[in-house]
Amino acid sequence: MSPRVTFPNKFLPYLLVAPQLAITLVFFYWPASQAIYQSTLREDPFGLDSAFVGLDNFRRVLSDPNYLNSIQVTVIFSVATAVLAMAVAMFLAVMADKVIRGKGFYRTLMIWPYAVAPAIAGMLWLFMFNPSMGTFAYMLRSAGIYWDPLLNGPQAMLLVIVAAAWKQISYNFLFFVAGLQAIPKTLVEAAAIDGAGETKRFWTIIFPLLAPTTFFLLVINTTYAFFDTFGIIHAVTGGGPGKATETLVYKVYNDGFVNLILGESAAQSVILMVIVIALTAVQFRYVEKKVHYG
Amino acid sequence: MKTIGLTAIVAASVTLLSTSASFAVTEISWWHAMTGANNEVVETLAKEFNESQSDYKVVPVFKGTYPETLNAGIAAFRARQAPDIIQVFDAGTGVMMQAEKAIKPVAEILSMGGATFDKSKYLGGIVSYYSKPDGTMLSFPYNSSSPILYYNKDAFQKAGLDVDNPPKTWSEVWDAAKKIKTSGAANCGFTSTWLTWIQTENFAAWNNLQWGTNENGIASLDVELKVNSPEFVKHFQDIADLAKDGTFKYGGRTSEAKNLFLSGECAMLTESSGGLGDVVKSGMNFGTGKLPYEEGVQGAPQNTIPGGASLWVFGGKDEEKYKGVAAFFEFLSQTPIQARLHQVSGYMPVTLAAYEDTKKSGFYEKNPGREIPIQQMMGKEPTANSKGVRLANLPQVRDILNEEYEKMLAGQQTAQQALDNAVQRGNEAIKQALGN
Repeated sequence: MSPRVTFPNKFLPYLLVAPQLAITLVFFYWPASQAIYQSTLREDPFGLDSAFVGLDNFRRVLSDPNYLNSIQVTVIFSVATAVLAMAVAMFLAVMADKVIRGKGFYRTLMIWPYAVAPAIAGMLWLFMFNPSMGTFAYMLRSAGIYWDPLLNGPQAMLLVIVAAAWKQISYNFLFFVAGLQAIPKTLVEAAAIDGAGETKRFWTIIFPLLAPTTFFLLVINTTYAFFDTFGIIHAVTGGGPGKATETLVYKVYNDGFVNLILGESAAQSVILMVIVIALTAVQFRYVEKKVHYG
Repeated sequence: MKTIGLTAIVAASVTLLSTSASFAVTEISWWHAMTGANNEVVETLAKEFNESQSDYKVVPVFKGTYPETLNAGIAAFRARQAPDIIQVFDAGTGVMMQAEKAIKPVAEILSMGGATFDKSKYLGGIVSYYSKPDGTMLSFPYNSSSPILYYNKDAFQKAGLDVDNPPKTWSEVWDAAKKIKTSGAANCGFTSTWLTWIQTENFAAWNNLQWGTNENGIASLDVELKVNSPEFVKHFQDIADLAKDGTFKYGGRTSEAKNLFLSGECAMLTESSGGLGDVVKSGMNFGTGKLPYEEGVQGAPQNTIPGGASLWVFGGKDEEKYKGVAAFFEFLSQTPIQARLHQVSGYMPVTLAAYEDTKKSGFYEKNPGREIPIQQMMGKEPTANSKGVRLANLPQVRDILNEEYEKMLAGQQTAQQALDNAVQRGNEAIKQALGN
């Protein structure tokens, strides 16, 4: 246990956290409570008539087969996006760590895609893989693959996963590079002298010592896949074909802003909020125990 | 205190009014969803109106796509910041009609300035679509369009088809599409934008088939869908069969398929007459024809129904604002303005006088095909099946249809299954939207 830092002034700590608290209040608690209030109402789009319906909206949402489909889509999408984004980033980071000349140049290039807005990333991938005008779609077709993400659900899913993961790789890469730099070179060298090969060194030394970074990124990537990928899905598939890529967040948008069913849309966002709170709690409570902080 | 302040302001403004007229300009906000060339038309109209008089100033604001504009308007209304005029697309008409307390009927506004509002000046098919069952016109038709057939003349030539006579019925379209595909004139024979608006709603009206009960929602919003009747099933099974080998190609839920036609991939396209501008711009050798109809169906072809958008006015505004809106709508209805709008944009004229004027000017002889959408709509007196389509939640029901069509085109279900599912899911959604 490190010694506790204490402030002599009673008010200073409150003053210091006040801005953060204010932001949380305005941008989380206020809209969240609005969502909870809205989720108990049934209203017409213009808010001219509204009636309190209790938990009826939740009942409707949870008994809707499309909602269950959306949960399934979200799980597949989030896990695949997080795993793909982290695995590729880790591989690139380990490789970049070995480069001796032009390290900075490589790293800068790797970080660039992070500066691209989600909707633009989506458009980029859409143009490359658009069945009627995409270059890659043309190449796939000449290779004998029937590429049609407009009608083929799994292909559409693959496209949004790759686009979403691609955008997150840079961010993960940055953290893995920093994590790798924190691993003492002496450990790796000692293992090398003892005759451990490259693969062995990675799995027994580097990977476990990167665990804190990996865990942190797991939390970040899951939240990213849940919430920040809306722009990509909106630009690439719009939730289709059918409902093959309609994630929970996309369904909240679609039901609330396209179909104008505000109560159910609010109920969905409340459920989503509960899911994310639970997910984060589980990650910190159980996964963190297995993380080796060194 | 408050009253004194108010009186002072009133007194001050009265004095100012008498000295300077420019100070009393009433601003009228107009939210719209027009992009590109059509956006320029909006800006020009506002500018011309503002320069034509000095009492009112129309300020157009671009608010995104059609659904985005509607949502922005709804959100603004809830925040008590509603614009004066908002452009709402065809599918949003039912949504606006449901909100009678939020809007002010255009018929009321147009008769406010003392002028009597004469409905007979306007094109019947369009006006009835934007009117209540009792005939009160609720919104001002701004841009109306109708789906037509576009075809690639070069591809027709290569496939050995008659370049001057495009197919008239669906079975002729299928035959031509197969010929185009097998002869290698193009990769795909036929595609269509908006499978909902064109292949379902207009398919119903054009062939005089029932789309839904209660005159497709025109008589009352309490509608049961009827789109799984045998004619619809046959039509969509034909499309699904052609999709198997790529003779029909799917582009997307809205107007994406236009690119398949413009790029030369598909040789025939059904698309809004409002899409003409892009086809002309592409410089391709194309022709247009009437929307194909289903052979052997009694009464076909009947008439097509309008798409596009109309202008709605929000309620609860000052008298002065409404007078300004009325003046603006009067301005828009003028024959030269309407005639120009029609000739420049490919949208239909709203008034009969503008149509006659364009006819007399010889515009249609120089631009064959531009009269097609009007002839399609005006050719016959509309029946209960062909006045239009209206639901409190048409955007949602269209989405349901799109989802089922996509599953059908991917080969996961037959047309019968797709339409049965769509009817069942659609009817549930309609009930829910009406609060039952």
